[in-house]
Amino acid sequence: MKRSPLAIVAFLLAAASLVLPTGADAPGLFFFATPALLFAASALALFASSSNSSLIALLILVHLAAIFLIGLLGSFAMAPPAIGYWCMVVAAWLLAWLAVQRLAALRPKSLTAQRMVNLALPVVFGAWLLILWEIVVRGFGVPPILLPPPSMIAARIAGSVPTLWADFQQTFLKAAIAGYVIGCGSGFLAAIIVDRVPFLRKGLLPVGNLVAALPVVGIAPIMVMWFGSYWESKAAVVVIMTFFPMLVNTVAGLAASGAMERDLMRTYGSSYTQTLFKLRLPAAMPFIFNALKINSTLALIGAIVAEFFGSPIVGMGFRISAEVGRMNVDMVWAEIFVAALAGSLSYGLITLIERAVTFWHPSYRT
Amino acid sequence: MNFVRNSVIPVGTVLIGILALWYVFTVILNAPFERDQAARANTTISTSELIANTMRQERPVLPAPHQVAAEIRKTVFDISPTSKRSLVYHGWVTLSSTLLGFGLGTLLGILLAIAIVHSRTLDKSLMPWIITSQTVPILAIAPMIIVVLNAVNITGLLPKAMISTYLSFFPVAVGMVKGLRSPEIMYLDLMRTYNASKAQVFWKLRWPASMPYLFTSMKIAVAISLVGAIVGELPTGAVAGIGARLLAGSYYGQTVQIWAALIVAALMAAVLVSLIGLIATFVNRRMGARA
Repeated sequence: MKRSPLAIVAFLLAAASLVLPTGADAPGLFFFATPALLFAASALALFASSSNSSLIALLILVHLAAIFLIGLLGSFAMAPPAIGYWCMVVAAWLLAWLAVQRLAALRPKSLTAQRMVNLALPVVFGAWLLILWEIVVRGFGVPPILLPPPSMIAARIAGSVPTLWADFQQTFLKAAIAGYVIGCGSGFLAAIIVDRVPFLRKGLLPVGNLVAALPVVGIAPIMVMWFGSYWESKAAVVVIMTFFPMLVNTVAGLAASGAMERDLMRTYGSSYTQTLFKLRLPAAMPFIFNALKINSTLALIGAIVAEFFGSPIVGMGFRISAEVGRMNVDMVWAEIFVAALAGSLSYGLITLIERAVTFWHPSYRT
Repeated sequence: MNFVRNSVIPVGTVLIGILALWYVFTVILNAPFERDQAARANTTISTSELIANTMRQERPVLPAPHQVAAEIRKTVFDISPTSKRSLVYHGWVTLSSTLLGFGLGTLLGILLAIAIVHSRTLDKSLMPWIITSQTVPILAIAPMIIVVLNAVNITGLLPKAMISTYLSFFPVAVGMVKGLRSPEIMYLDLMRTYNASKAQVFWKLRWPASMPYLFTSMKIAVAISLVGAIVGELPTGAVAGIGARLLAGSYYGQTVQIWAALIVAALMAAVLVSLIGLIATFVNRRMGARA
């Protein structure tokens, strides 16, 4: 097999870290254990056969080294880490990249194994993003105001669950979901009416397309004036933001069924409602789910941004703007983490429902 | 003639309908204030007087369209563009950071897409994160980025442009990955039989094939860049820009000012999107695509 230059560089860097100063207050056992781990990992990458077990061993060794490296950060009270430490970091990173490369090159035969690999790749990549973030921020002494390390954000999340839950309840469970349901529902009904009247379709679609591209978020201050600063005004912003994507997509979806199928329904003598429910709405489902997905992100953005213009003293947008003012950046990141989690989970939920409803679509057939 | 019958008349009717609805709501929403005023002055107010009054309030709940139009005309044409009260000045502030961010974002998106298409490792490990990050309400971070960068003395255009960059590179990256992969296997095989190098396959096949995808995602990206720039102007304490006008208007209850800023932002978005549409048509025609 070909010997990767990455592994050779990692080997040399691990050797260099033994000689070069690390800048630690008192070099302990770990300062020899970490290079040893890196030696073992690069030797494994260089000389062992590229079997699955050696790949798993490589992954374990590299992540063990990463844990050691983060642990070592505690021993730099007097001086910042010096070149020797960074040699170890770069070596570990190169080896991790090598492992990801090998993992990506695998082409397992069974479907479950392929799924496992496809899941493991982004997880390892994301984990290294967090590891490097932690090491670089703490190693270079970046002020926490600029960018707090992930460990600090995690501690803040663990320490303020009740606040985060109250904010989540106010912004997501009340404003975003109410607005999302009303906006998507009314957009859907409007699309069915528009679809029945060709004149409206010709006139309203270009306008709808235009509005879908507008900075609708700007309507937020007006809604806050009309509906007060409680969650109703945020829901109103979300309704307006989600209405037009739903309208445009549903109208496009209702036109998606083929002329042949519609002719068939005609020869069956089916009524308008029968054609709508048995042919055109099922055919429109991929488009409708596309709008539902776009809207799930828009709803959260709308609810959060609307809170910047006035809100009671609870809510994710309120917390973000208030804590930014007090320079509590770790709390802001905690809110962002909650928002990201809520956004991804709702997106995933809609995708699951989509799979169940549009199982017939070519993109899901295997 | 077909164009007039199929688009001008229906779109015009819908627009006139919206305008008429707007006037109706102006009367409905502003009437309580007028009745209140009349009751306080112990006078009765006739219906025609009431309707006329609802359309010339100082701080209406919903300003009438002609009030907004007058405000736009005043702040765009009557005041010199260098003044801080001119909407041209604020519009330019927003537009410049939108365009800078959009340019950087498009470039970043294209580069990322090229890397992803050519590296299986990146495709498998980075692409899922790009898709996940689209589900994250990134706009919520906007105020933090601004304030944090201000704290380390990076001010002015760049922080706002960074938000636009952040927002606009996702659609471009995702669209371009799709576009660069759009050539069929048959064409790729043909390039192989020609013994074409990777660079040649890229410049002669993948890049031209990705153009329609690029322009579609650029339309989304420019619209979202504008939103990013406007939201980015909110936390700096209403200094300059369309977002600052919105915030200042909401602080002082200047509804006419808010609506004027909103309409101008909408016009800017429409112009930017249709400009990219025009470029797309031009490029497609140059490349010999059927209209």
